Amino acid sequence: MTYKAGSGHPGGSLSSADIMAVLYFDIMRHDPKEPKWEKRDRFFLSKGHACPVLYAALAESGYFPKKHLATFRQLNSILQGHPHRLKTPGIEMSSGSLGQGLSIAAGTALGLKMDGNRSKIFCLMGDGELQEGQIWEAAMAAGHFKLNNLIGIVDYNNLQIDGPVEKVMGLAPLADKWRAFRWNVIEVDGHDISRIKSAFIKAGQSKTKPTVIIARTIKGKGISFMENQAGWHGKAPNKEEYEMAMQELNG
Amino acid sequence: MIMKNNFLAKITELNSMEQQPTRFGYADALLELGTREKRVVVLDADLSKSTLTSRFAEKYPKRFFDIGIAEQNMLGMAGGLSLTGKIPFVTTYGVFLAGRAWDQIRTSICYADLNVKLAGAHGGLSVGPDGATHQALEEISIMRVLPNMKVIVPCDTRQARLATLAAAQMSGPVYIRLGREPIPVLTTQKTPFNVGKAQIMKPGRDVTIIACGLMVYLSLLAAQKLTKEGISCEVINLHTIKPIDRKALIASAKKTGAVITAEEHQLAGGMGSAVAEVLAQECPVPMEMVGVRDTFGESGQPWELMKKYHLMDGDIAKAVKRAVQRKK
Repeated sequence: MTYKAGSGHPGGSLSSADIMAVLYFDIMRHDPKEPKWEKRDRFFLSKGHACPVLYAALAESGYFPKKHLATFRQLNSILQGHPHRLKTPGIEMSSGSLGQGLSIAAGTALGLKMDGNRSKIFCLMGDGELQEGQIWEAAMAAGHFKLNNLIGIVDYNNLQIDGPVEKVMGLAPLADKWRAFRWNVIEVDGHDISRIKSAFIKAGQSKTKPTVIIARTIKGKGISFMENQAGWHGKAPNKEEYEMAMQELNG
Repeated sequence: MIMKNNFLAKITELNSMEQQPTRFGYADALLELGTREKRVVVLDADLSKSTLTSRFAEKYPKRFFDIGIAEQNMLGMAGGLSLTGKIPFVTTYGVFLAGRAWDQIRTSICYADLNVKLAGAHGGLSVGPDGATHQALEEISIMRVLPNMKVIVPCDTRQARLATLAAAQMSGPVYIRLGREPIPVLTTQKTPFNVGKAQIMKPGRDVTIIACGLMVYLSLLAAQKLTKEGISCEVINLHTIKPIDRKALIASAKKTGAVITAEEHQLAGGMGSAVAEVLAQECPVPMEMVGVRDTFGESGQPWELMKKYHLMDGDIAKAVKRAVQRKK
């Protein structure tokens, strides 16, 4: 997708690919034929730049034909450079300016609770994104309102554009921070499918608190020359790199 | 729309006018919506006693959310609530709503075209002693520039009530500017209100004064005095700044051939600019603008500030005379 587009964000898409696969094909109740189904679980991509992985999951689920994936980031495409709810079937919310998704997810969780709707709300955040103050405003509110139907996921790949997260603006101790904001915390290997799945199941059983799954991941996962390289945050592969990458993924 | 006689209160000097802050009308409308429209929820950021959303909170505690002093999150949560079919009314001071949470309003509310209503209290210099940090003088500019946003500045408490009720009926984001201070009640029980339809409060021949908020009253007062000097002013209440009533503005400018704008807001990008954008393209006439001239406010009593920053009826009258001169 990013190769065709000539731009985009492969690194953070690959680091969250396993999480997204578990969510869309194992955990979430959703119906691509009825994207507005009231009882669906909702997914919000707060780290909007990782939309290639979301578009792939939506296309694979059947929200729109896969041929659209080749139009990503192009003029008149339904697949914008960052998600837009008014253009793409299955996208719950527009995002791209970091730090805003958890508030939207918390508001949705609150609204659904008011209605007695038992759907779950998932929100995927980047680790660099947690440097935004609004995330912690939302975290405080979700703990305060006891939004146990809200499940946050941190794609903890430890890299952001300017370098390692700990070097740019440290987040540690991350689990303690969330606990201090009255959240359940589950730490998991973000590339271990069965552990991710059990983390989601456990998170879904929370009675009084929101839950955050801190998923330790590898930026650029699955493509040797992209793995753990900050440079692959927002850069598309060239032809040679693309072919190498596809070979490795299909290998 | 030309106002009939019984649509406008008798305009007299300030101390003999009935006065109420526009936030009262907002609070009344929310209470009405509480019973009438179950989807309405109200959010505030620790200012509910000042914005008067506390009245809604007392009556409908399950539909009121104090988000604490966290405006950015408040906007996002309102967006999320709207995604579940609620109609959130988000309330705090205009500076902290439109200013502090601007990117949230841009991306999460306007770009996504969510059904969220914003009420910015403490608009204008007339906020008074709190000083410059709390006097919103920029919201009209920074809200009207956003696609999908509508911007309303009611001229009195009655109109604030009607604007709030109307906002609940409309789909998509709406910004309503409210004020802290009591201001003259100009309209009557019978005065209609239609979003996007400018109101001709007083017809005239020589010059058009276009105003919003408190400045509508001061424009009417100025017009009354100018009548005695032989200048006939048309006074338009441009309560909806976006979508702007192009037809009414052009028709009046064509008729009188000179326009004065008056607003309790920065001149840059405000209501006057919005009017100029229309007239410069469609019907250029001599224009004079009354408003805050690229400066912050300061502490002081509301009417002291209005005088110091040249926002009084006398300042409007002077602008009228300059425009009339330029016509010749």
